[in-house]
Amino acid sequence: MPDNASLMKPAASPADAGLQREIAELLVQALNLEVAAGDIDPDAPLYGEGLGLDSIDILEVALLLSKQYGIQLRADSPENQQIFRSLSQLGTYVAQHRTK
Amino acid sequence: MIAHCAGEPVSARQFLADVRHLAARLPSGTHVLNVCADRYHFAVGLAACLVSRKISLMPGTRTPEAIRQLAASTPDALCLTDDERCDIDLERVHYRRGPASAATWSMPRLDPAQTAAILYTSGSTGAPVPHAKTWGSLVHCVQSGAALLGLAGGAPFAIVGTVPAQHMYGFESTVLLPLLNGGSFAAERPFYPADVCAALAAAPRPRVLVTTPVHLRTLLAAGLDLPTDLIVSATAPLSRELARDVEARFAAPLLEIYGSTETGQIATRRTRDTDVWTLWPGVQLVCRAGDTFAAGGHVGRPTALADVIEITGPDTFRLHGRTADLVNIAGKRSSFGFLNHQLNAIDGVSDGAFFQPEAAPPDGAVTRLAAVAVAPALSAAAITAELRLRIDPVFLPRPLLLVDALPRNATGKLPRDSLLAVLDRHNLERQDLERQDLERQDPPPGGV
Repeated sequence: MPDNASLMKPAASPADAGLQREIAELLVQALNLEVAAGDIDPDAPLYGEGLGLDSIDILEVALLLSKQYGIQLRADSPENQQIFRSLSQLGTYVAQHRTK
Repeated sequence: MIAHCAGEPVSARQFLADVRHLAARLPSGTHVLNVCADRYHFAVGLAACLVSRKISLMPGTRTPEAIRQLAASTPDALCLTDDERCDIDLERVHYRRGPASAATWSMPRLDPAQTAAILYTSGSTGAPVPHAKTWGSLVHCVQSGAALLGLAGGAPFAIVGTVPAQHMYGFESTVLLPLLNGGSFAAERPFYPADVCAALAAAPRPRVLVTTPVHLRTLLAAGLDLPTDLIVSATAPLSRELARDVEARFAAPLLEIYGSTETGQIATRRTRDTDVWTLWPGVQLVCRAGDTFAAGGHVGRPTALADVIEITGPDTFRLHGRTADLVNIAGKRSSFGFLNHQLNAIDGVSDGAFFQPEAAPPDGAVTRLAAVAVAPALSAAAITAELRLRIDPVFLPRPLLLVDALPRNATGKLPRDSLLAVLDRHNLERQDLERQDLERQDPPPGGV
């Protein structure tokens, strides 16, 4: 289990940047967002203001993460409150927890 | 046992002690906006209001504008919350645990005629429409339904709900149904599929999952096992195909409930076997001048339904979609009249209209609304930010298109084809932009 400090690390390596871009494209496609994947601010909140996702979207994203990366999200750990803080946090979480 | 909080059972005695403790802490006003997210906290708040003859308020949404309207119509309203970060602009009372129950307290008797709750629909103009519910009508409704769900008779059962307690369906099926029929409920409201499975596994059997098409679709797709003995779904109808898949996958019967905020729950069907709904005992439907009304039973006087209905027998009917003004996105209901009013009420918007780009898809798939607006001095993002203060996020337009003039015809109406043409033009431009974005990331050979 990563601590909160490790979640605060920016996705710096090229591999992370590639994963982040891949996730951004998945989001735009699955949620039919009115923004180009490359234009999503990696540090803006995904939920509410910012990218403007709501709980229906988050459920859809959860499904994407399970299909694409083998991650089953749970709402009961504090670190999960951080996942949707931003695209970069989501990318970091996926990098650390993916099983495929 | 009345509830389980994180797997720990809560006794009826503890519940009554918590109710008494909270009732003593509530200020003197008569209206309480109970926003407790924990279902047990909500139930304690509801019961504390009932025993002190206060009325629980349940607005359809909690945007700042909705709270402002609520405060204007019920100036003594206070907010009961279990969230330390709650910023609802009303006098706030924070939920606190009562002392461990030592003394006994006899079950209070409630007056069936007292108003227990006021729920709100968006109506067809800017003002929410209140629907007052007496305690007697709520009890009558839930007791009629319990028999049809096979949950009457006092044998224990445990409810796990993915819906909030403050919505009419969640209020009836996850709080009142167990409280009034010897059942119990899980305090948490699981969200992710893995959470739903864990909450069910932690509850005693037989277990009842109270959910919606959106969640059922996600649960099926997640490929997890759902340890449940009965599934109840409402807020939007399911197809027989999905119902069959759900029953086969999770080895539990799936019953759908039909109801509305105005009438409460009035019908059920086992969708695997039939598309015909069976009314709850005592409730009848009547057709008058093209509109369908429910009456009798807990509904009482004739109450209009917002759906197109085919009456197939004395206590059976089929649903054929919604009346034109009604909007249902992911099980949440609003009206074009209300949404258009909110859009046009924004400073700087001189004309604007919402529309549904395609027919609502079945079975929990979600398509969003679109909107067009004339607002020379505003960006789409600025209008969306204003709308966020006024309407539930599920109805926020995707996309919101700024135009020089709405495509109104000679009579001032907005033909659907013209609205779709505006959207088509936008989508073509967007595809261009996406192509450019891809090329920026991965330039085509030849250095274009």
